[in-house]
Amino acid sequence: MDFQVVVLAGGTSKKLVPLVSKEVPKALLPVANRPVLSYVLELLEQSNLKDLIVVVEGEDAALRVGGWISGAYVDRLHVEVAAVPEGVGTADALRAIARHLTANDILVVSGDLVCDVPPGAVAAAHRRHDAVVTSMLCSTPVSGSSDSGSSGGKDKAKKSGRCNIIGLDPTKQFLLHIATAAEVEKDIRLQKSILRAVGQMEIRADLMDAHLYAFNRSALQAVLDQKETFQSLKQDVLPYLVRSQLRSELLLNGAQAEENGNEKVASQNNKVMPSQLLANASTPSFHELYALGADGSAPVPRKTHKCCAYIASKSKYCARLNSIQAFNDINRDVTGEASHLSGYSFSAQNNIIHPSAVLGSKTTVGPQCMLGEGSQMGDKCSVKRSVIGRHCRIGSNVKVVNSVVMNHVTIGDGCSIQGSVICSNVQLQERVVLKDCQVGAGYVVTACSECRGESLARKEKIQSQ
Amino acid sequence: MVQKKGGANRVSEDAEEDLARVPLQAILLADSFAQKFRPITLERPKVLLPLVNVPMIDYTLAWLESAGVEEVFVFCCAHSKQVIDYLDKSKWIGQPNFSVTTIESHNSVSAGDALRLIYEQNVIHGDFILISGDTVSNMLLTQALQEHKERRKKDSNAVMTMVIKKSKPSPSTHQSRLGTDELFMAIDPDTKQLLYYEDKADHLKGTITLDKMLLTDNSSISLHSDKQDCYIDICCPEVLSLFTDNFDYQHLRRHFVKGLLVDDIMGYKIFTHEIHSSYAARIDNFRSYDTISKDIIQRWTYPLVPDVQFFGNCATKPERQELGQSCSAQIGPFTIVGNGTTIGKDTKISNSVVGEGCTIGSNVSIEGSYIWHNVTIEDGCKLRHAIVCDGVLMKSGAVLEPGVVLSFKVVIGQQFVVPAYSKVSLLQQPTKQDSDEELEYADNSGGIVEIPSITSRSDKLNGELTSKLSETECWAASEVGTGGVGYIWSLSEGGHEEEWRHSVAPIPADKLAAVIQAMNDDLEISDGNALPPSGELKPDSISNDSDNDDVEDIRDDSVYFEKEVEATFLRAVHENVNEDHVILEVNSLRLSYNMTAADCAGALFYSLMKLALDTPHSSATELCRIAANVTTTWQKLLKYYLPSLDEEIEVILKFEEMCLESAKEFSPLFAQILHLLYDKDILQEEAILNWASEKEGADESDKVFVKQSEKFIQWLNEASEEED
Repeated sequence: MDFQVVVLAGGTSKKLVPLVSKEVPKALLPVANRPVLSYVLELLEQSNLKDLIVVVEGEDAALRVGGWISGAYVDRLHVEVAAVPEGVGTADALRAIARHLTANDILVVSGDLVCDVPPGAVAAAHRRHDAVVTSMLCSTPVSGSSDSGSSGGKDKAKKSGRCNIIGLDPTKQFLLHIATAAEVEKDIRLQKSILRAVGQMEIRADLMDAHLYAFNRSALQAVLDQKETFQSLKQDVLPYLVRSQLRSELLLNGAQAEENGNEKVASQNNKVMPSQLLANASTPSFHELYALGADGSAPVPRKTHKCCAYIASKSKYCARLNSIQAFNDINRDVTGEASHLSGYSFSAQNNIIHPSAVLGSKTTVGPQCMLGEGSQMGDKCSVKRSVIGRHCRIGSNVKVVNSVVMNHVTIGDGCSIQGSVICSNVQLQERVVLKDCQVGAGYVVTACSECRGESLARKEKIQSQ
Repeated sequence: MVQKKGGANRVSEDAEEDLARVPLQAILLADSFAQKFRPITLERPKVLLPLVNVPMIDYTLAWLESAGVEEVFVFCCAHSKQVIDYLDKSKWIGQPNFSVTTIESHNSVSAGDALRLIYEQNVIHGDFILISGDTVSNMLLTQALQEHKERRKKDSNAVMTMVIKKSKPSPSTHQSRLGTDELFMAIDPDTKQLLYYEDKADHLKGTITLDKMLLTDNSSISLHSDKQDCYIDICCPEVLSLFTDNFDYQHLRRHFVKGLLVDDIMGYKIFTHEIHSSYAARIDNFRSYDTISKDIIQRWTYPLVPDVQFFGNCATKPERQELGQSCSAQIGPFTIVGNGTTIGKDTKISNSVVGEGCTIGSNVSIEGSYIWHNVTIEDGCKLRHAIVCDGVLMKSGAVLEPGVVLSFKVVIGQQFVVPAYSKVSLLQQPTKQDSDEELEYADNSGGIVEIPSITSRSDKLNGELTSKLSETECWAASEVGTGGVGYIWSLSEGGHEEEWRHSVAPIPADKLAAVIQAMNDDLEISDGNALPPSGELKPDSISNDSDNDDVEDIRDDSVYFEKEVEATFLRAVHENVNEDHVILEVNSLRLSYNMTAADCAGALFYSLMKLALDTPHSSATELCRIAANVTTTWQKLLKYYLPSLDEEIEVILKFEEMCLESAKEFSPLFAQILHLLYDKDILQEEAILNWASEKEGADESDKVFVKQSEKFIQWLNEASEEED
């Protein structure tokens, strides 16, 4: 399809401490016992997008991610891993790899995306409209669908922050306005010029920007070059392109026509034609009408560019692993309602227990659970709606509810774990009670401790000693 | 017409079922409370002006009758006598199922006043249609009424349903084909509730501002610039009481609708009903007069078209009338000629309306013009896009350029060329003072203020026309040619530029080009403001002019407030006023300036420090001592305005500002005085610590005082840790 894909895999996000560490960058956090990055890579593979650049923050993290990818996808994908300094914005990350970008259109995907919307559809919409940028929008998960009441409440509280305020044209194809709800303080400001040109704008607050964008490469590079202060694709580049769509500062048409060897669409002097044909619309879009002015009266055609939106259907799953809450939710969803994403086949009890796992007597593993390879559980344990990784050793009388336990974790007898995340190599001694806690890698929780809503991790100092 | 009647019956049946026999009522405002049709409306009310040879009010009444309305209250204000006389003679009075009652007022200056008066009369008992007497429509009310009533049953707060129609304004002139300004509306796509309404938008402002709260209630809103307000409202009786409760509401849209939307009065809601295939439009200005006339001729308003006799008035035919019309005259398409009009030979008329009893000479060219009744046009005249009122005489060879309006009985001299967009009347233009006075309510007030003078003048004019004529003739001649009678009104300042927007003449190409150019420039400017060069999308950096104005307003206010508080305080110091009295006075100031307690605290503290500063002192230490004394004396007063941490922080910020700007002498003493305030229990340590931590992220220049008080803050920090 002549699309180049850039996967922004991030580094060790501060939001996800203590889950992430030097050893486990964000991209390798397990979702149903697979690194989260694998979901994006396989999604792209399904759309036959195999030419990828994975951008990772930090050299160490890049090495680890690169190592994992070359092991897992060696003969399936053509992946280059590029390292950028830690803490750079998404726009800077693209600037850093700009010279590697050669295709006409670039698909930029966030590496923490877990979704089942085919990126190919986004790319097709982008091509059809000859757009400068196409952004994928998903409906926000309806809060309360999860049965646990407490996390439902949290969903709701987060909802307003996660949502965007998005303006669409009546056909829902063009993006007319975008703002992050959290950034809008009191009033939403909308440009009249765009509204005038379109006539009607639908403003939605129930859509989420999925961080999957298709960019026209020359446009993207022009913006990145011209606007040196832009740091973030989502907060700077995309809003800029949307705002300036009716008075484009991009020298797009000319540049594109020169470069597009294979896409030489007949008449260059009649610029309206090709995109109009591609848009298979008998009526030209408002961009073209505006460009020509009222009744074609504009002395010089105005420069416009199109910003499109691809709205995924409500039945599709889409989430980003960008917070601890999201980590819990996604792990739960991938083993639960969005189980088709996990790529595993579920047993009749609607769970996955690796054949090599050993269960003691009277131990129950409920539906929507996962027990990894080589893990052992003692007697009278109960696991509900949780994911347990590989080679864990779990004692007797242990309760694990709504939690994620990573690999090589040792859990003593009589522990109770609820709504928590236990990272790899953690040791929980006997009768530990954890509720809504995160335990960082390698931490030891002493016997009989009770914790609620805490984040337990080894301090860096101790590590260095 | 027959099927229309059927619809009407159905409506009344429904009404019977639903509302135990309350007849459907309507309020027809026979006064637009605007001046857009001046000078014509100085002599005749707008609703009686002929629209395709039929007075406008007849269209409105005919529609109301066909829509199933049973009782109409016609509210007359300007020229009320003429309206009442007309209705008395018309066939509308004495209809079996359609009663027309007039309500007369002489002192109403707005639609708000009119509705308040009607409320007092206590004649409206149920849902009613509110319409202005210059509306042409053929829509069926059944569905809109049904929707309205169903909504009412579910939600008693749904007080009004507004009829809207799709109409995309021209992107270049920002006005609709009716010549009205562009209108921005936000509508809930599911419930059709109106959430936002902005007409008279500031063209220079490039953005629309919607309250974010709207989106917390509705996940989706549609924002429209392609809808036209038909000014047909279905209202509940509460609307009238709302006008009475809010006696400052004048304009139906600007005050009432905005009031309900913005102030959220009692949770009342407005809904919209969009019509698609039927017609509804209001004659707001000369351009809409032109547009709607053409729509009527082209039969968009069927059955309200010239060749259907929709009420007592005679039906005219668009085909050429053979009455005294010589064969060589050419009457083009879309032209209506009234009865008893004679047309000379080789005269060309196209896209025009000619009234009854006119005499048109030969070799006359009339294009896109509206000629009312009993007009005499002599040979060789040329008219393009003009309105010519009753009894006008155009002497031979006179020329009207596009956009000219000739009011009643004007005489244009031979060969005289009336320049484009002129308005000519026998009456002199009201003087500026008059108009200023009545323009108090922007441009929505009626011509009521000078009604006595005008009516008397026009009465006089009618009575002693001959003598008056001879009087005026001598000097009016210079204005409208030899033998001409009439004054050319000077265009109001500022209005000159805009005259072409609302005229009957099509927009000239050069204006259009200029507007497009201007718009492009505007776009650059306004968007330039909205888009900071860095492109960072921070909400505060997308500010625009008007916002800055707002901020400045507030700042102005707070400066005045501060001065007032200082004056009050100084008086208290010099006259030994009791603290309680000072509190009372400051409170009243606070209310009148709409300030917060924090503002009061800031202003009082400012006054205290100013007092200390103004007391003679020789050294910094002395100043510090004086400040300490003053603070001790007025401690109680200051403390009164410091109920919480926020106010205390405000005091610190105020002090900082003073040290930087108005009272630099204090700057070396900042830490000392801060300590003093802490010792006196005026400031709590949390306030100081909060202030310090707030400043942490600030610029270096902003941190001067934090640095100065570093030791003190550190001490506070340690103290609080010890306590822990």
